[in-house]
Amino acid sequence: MSVIIILLIASISVAALFLAAFIWSVKNGQYEDEVAPAVRILFDDATLVSAQKTNLSTEDTGGQKK
Amino acid sequence: MQKFTTSPVTPKCFHCGEDCNEEVLHAYDKDFCCGGCQMVFEILNRNGMCDYYSISTNPGTSRKIKVREDKFSFLDDAKICSSLVVFSNDSQTHISFYTPQMHCSSCLWLLENLHRLEPGVISSKVNFIKKEVDIVFDQRVTSLRKVAELLTSIGYEPYISFSDLGAKKTTVDVSKIYKLGVAGFCFANIMLMSFPEYLGIDSKEANLLYLFRYANLFLSLPVFFYSASEFYTSAWKSLKHRFLNIDAPIVVAVWVTFARSVYEILSGTGGGYFDSMSGIVFFMLAGRVLQEKTYRQLSFERDYTAYFPIAVTKINNEQPQTVALPDIQLNDTLLIHNEELIPADGIITRGKALIDYSFVTGESLPVMKEMGEIVYAGGKQTGANIEILVIKEVAQSYLTKLWNRKAETNKHDEERSFVHLLSRYFTIILFSIAAFTATWWFFTNASLMWNAVTAVLIVACPCALLLSNTFTNANILRRLGRNHLYLRNAQVIEDLAAADCIVFDKTGTLTTGRYQDMVYEGEPLSIHQKHAIGALAAQSNHPLSKAIAAWAGNTNGQMISGFTETPGKGIEGIVAGDLIALGSAFFITQKRTAGNDTSVVFVSIEEKVYGHFKFQNHYRDAIPELLQRLAKQYPLAVISGDNAGEQKYLRQLLGYEAILLFNQQPADKLEAIRHLQAQGKKVMMIGDGLNDAGALQQADIGIAISENNNNFTPASDAILAASQLPKLDRFIQLSKANKKVVLAAFVISVLYNLVGITFAVQGVLSPMIAAILMPCSSISILFITYGMSNYFGHRFRLK
Repeated sequence: MSVIIILLIASISVAALFLAAFIWSVKNGQYEDEVAPAVRILFDDATLVSAQKTNLSTEDTGGQKK
Repeated sequence: MQKFTTSPVTPKCFHCGEDCNEEVLHAYDKDFCCGGCQMVFEILNRNGMCDYYSISTNPGTSRKIKVREDKFSFLDDAKICSSLVVFSNDSQTHISFYTPQMHCSSCLWLLENLHRLEPGVISSKVNFIKKEVDIVFDQRVTSLRKVAELLTSIGYEPYISFSDLGAKKTTVDVSKIYKLGVAGFCFANIMLMSFPEYLGIDSKEANLLYLFRYANLFLSLPVFFYSASEFYTSAWKSLKHRFLNIDAPIVVAVWVTFARSVYEILSGTGGGYFDSMSGIVFFMLAGRVLQEKTYRQLSFERDYTAYFPIAVTKINNEQPQTVALPDIQLNDTLLIHNEELIPADGIITRGKALIDYSFVTGESLPVMKEMGEIVYAGGKQTGANIEILVIKEVAQSYLTKLWNRKAETNKHDEERSFVHLLSRYFTIILFSIAAFTATWWFFTNASLMWNAVTAVLIVACPCALLLSNTFTNANILRRLGRNHLYLRNAQVIEDLAAADCIVFDKTGTLTTGRYQDMVYEGEPLSIHQKHAIGALAAQSNHPLSKAIAAWAGNTNGQMISGFTETPGKGIEGIVAGDLIALGSAFFITQKRTAGNDTSVVFVSIEEKVYGHFKFQNHYRDAIPELLQRLAKQYPLAVISGDNAGEQKYLRQLLGYEAILLFNQQPADKLEAIRHLQAQGKKVMMIGDGLNDAGALQQADIGIAISENNNNFTPASDAILAASQLPKLDRFIQLSKANKKVVLAAFVISVLYNLVGITFAVQGVLSPMIAAILMPCSSISILFITYGMSNYFGHRFRLK
């Protein structure tokens, strides 16, 4: 019956993973602005490059802030 | 291009999409309504950023009102600068600007590509909901002022106010969301692991049964100690205020369930009720989270500092110098530019003031002030620059003092709801039943006493009441929000329903802010005369003159000589040989008329009085109908800061019992509300400007009217889009339905419990069915509240 224990551990860890993902997404501020990301993704290629650049640099600065 | 100019359709501005009424500028094969719009296009075109115009059509905002060139010079001041920046090190500075003009995807795109316009900008990120743009720039390459000016040059002038000075950004409290997540995780897993218990497990596998039970116990700990702490703190807080709110009996139920389950598992007598406990905590938290969904883009707590500029120009030894608002002292001389707010009471020492107090006092016409006269803080200068000598500090000024005075309200939010009252009766009944059960079992079979008592406490938890209340509130809040009535919190729904007297402000609430309807009464004028009058009126900056000039149409090419303007009275001049005069009744006819109606302009040509222009407030659409509907159900009142010009019309609309007060100062308005409350009335006040701020706070429910959601509204309980005001009666009806829905859902859930207990007592209900029914009953309550509140929404035609 040890298989049940393994399954139990597996199912709970998967669920815990999702819980962690949820907490991370809240902490990351993904629910603060529901409009901008949906629009941002539709900008065409030339823009996308610059948008990526923007994201990169914000991440950079975020790192330095810490 | 020729084709466009001759076309009968008014060309639309390529930048902002507004009709080019006054002038059409042609450049790059496109039409622009003003130089400002064209300039933005040129800047973007030069930098190859015309994608801006292809993402949405006409994405810009009109730039007709020019921004003063050195408006942001105060950002050069290191002290002000440091209070605004979020973070700064050697190579970069982070700043967050509020840009109310942001409205479409083009805006988003442009604001996130600022680095292409200005090399000093490292990156920029938009928060669309808050209409904020976070900019990171290199202060060695550019400066805060330059960044602000860059934003202004492309049409997104940042709004920087006194309240930004050293204010901490409020962060949204997300702890409840975490608690909800944890409760959901534990609830689902406990449910899963409870099935072996319910389905029955082989006696050979007894070890496995213990494993599941202990796993459940382990999983319930975060729910009990973390997620449910929301209810502990709330219950404890209200107990400290000697008040029993609905959370108290819920906490008792949660504790009793937990204690009994732990006992059962440790003693090996049963599986406990962890699934029920975590389930109910999860659903109740979900209700709370939904109900407290806030409108982040709105603020219900504004005071005067949000309207005041952060800095003004002070004249120091003839030299202009930027000074932060709190540093203004008595006897300072301030330079007030056009369209700038007067920050402190003062005496005019240079220039002629034309001050727009409409936002402060509700008067719809600007007031002319001469040198040596006193001007009050809060007015907006609408003419050339003036200088004032400060006679009172900012916080001591007449109007700021008024706004600062906290209205004496006894609003204890969250504690006034009928739900708490109901739950109190419920708790008392519950405890008496528990006590009765205890005594009965004590004498019949003492060993079963604790079992029975805990069962009663668990079953009779008023969580269904809390569930139906929070979910109904949440649904109604959302529905009202979709109709652009934004409430501060769920309690306001009940206040809205309870109000039994409605007070309106006039200017800006019932009417649009400005005089819009103008009629000419008197002898007919020839085209020639009309143009002559227009040409004369065009010489003056007075808003009524401007309106007359616009009415007259094309006035170019008329020669005017001997133009004189007598402030507060009228203007005269010779146009094409005729002496024309425009002005007040006294100025033109030399006769004192009984009424002092400031909204009538008389006209005379060659000393002969021809007639007058009558300016009327423009009532918002469907307002008369709304007032007539409301007058049948509520005592109404209109308290206006404006003159009594509209009294007759309003009397006719509102009936003879309505209270109509005119020429009311902000303090009078507050007093009037207090007077009504002293008569035992629950007053709903609907107003817009800062002149209503005191009254809005004093009223049992204050609703601020806003032309658009980005506008600033005074502190209030609710914010309503002006266009939706005609729906007010339906909003009230829906709020009244709220209570019905909550009660109906509660009664149904009590019935559930009664049926459940009956079966359980007879021993017909298997534990598994009971365990499945528990979440089902909660979910069915949600469906009932959702369905019923939607039904009422449809019935009152609120989408």
